[in-house]
Amino acid sequence: MSTINETIYTKDLANKKVMVVRDFDAPVALVWQAWTDPNLLDEWWAPKPWKAKTKTMDFREGGTWLYSMVGPDGTESFCRADFQTIHVEKSFTASDAFCDENGKPTNDLPGMQWYNKFIPTATGTRVEVEISFASIEDLDKIMEMGFREGFAAAHGNLDELLSQVVV
Amino acid sequence: MSNQTVACIFATGWLLNLDNMRRDVFQAIADPTRRAILSLIAIQAMTPNALAEHFDSTRQAVSRHIKILTECQLVNQKQSGREIYYHFNPQKMKEVDKWLQPFRVTWESRFSQLDSVLKNIKTK
Repeated sequence: MSTINETIYTKDLANKKVMVVRDFDAPVALVWQAWTDPNLLDEWWAPKPWKAKTKTMDFREGGTWLYSMVGPDGTESFCRADFQTIHVEKSFTASDAFCDENGKPTNDLPGMQWYNKFIPTATGTRVEVEISFASIEDLDKIMEMGFREGFAAAHGNLDELLSQVVV
Repeated sequence: MSNQTVACIFATGWLLNLDNMRRDVFQAIADPTRRAILSLIAIQAMTPNALAEHFDSTRQAVSRHIKILTECQLVNQKQSGREIYYHFNPQKMKEVDKWLQPFRVTWESRFSQLDSVLKNIKTK
């Protein structure tokens, strides 16, 4: 069975949050593994045509995942996720920031706060991702970056990009 | 032209556009007073005086907010007799969804890959 599960997006601008909810046809244990094992994360975390590449992963409270997004031309942009609370196979929180290859945060781009929940369902697992930002401006900026990635993912051309930029 | 180059052009363009953000829908709704104005006139069109009564701020401050909302077309002004009425423009709010679109593309790509990863580890 390979039905495509729908992803639900909700925005809560008043609280500077964006929520993403998606069901997966696999038990919580496996979904949890895919979200926390660096080898598996590298296989899916980056949207196409980017590739995620883990440099170091220390999945425990107070630990850090240092990884990069590798572009089609080989350029790497580094990110770090610092894990705050972990409730195995239930939820974890992390703060996410852009950084250099040594994990030193770059201050020119806003960070985000993640709260990921894993809920068992009749057919598998529901994942609820809540991303919060320090300000609406930060949220806006991250959305613009998402646009950039999304554009590349859609393999569009420059004209298409420009037509979407001009609101 | 590489994706990276396009991305750079795009990012620069976006930064240059910061000055124009005032007219942007998202800047407009980032302010709590402006969100309150929108929720009031979404229910019914209102005159500047009627609207100002709902706020502690000066009429001048309220009309400044209205000006920003009008500039980004979230609010339309219509003359009715001697009075001006402010109307909410729901069409413009659809841009909020348009703005979410790229975010969606990113996550759809991510999740379809995650589906494959899960399928693979399940069969191991």
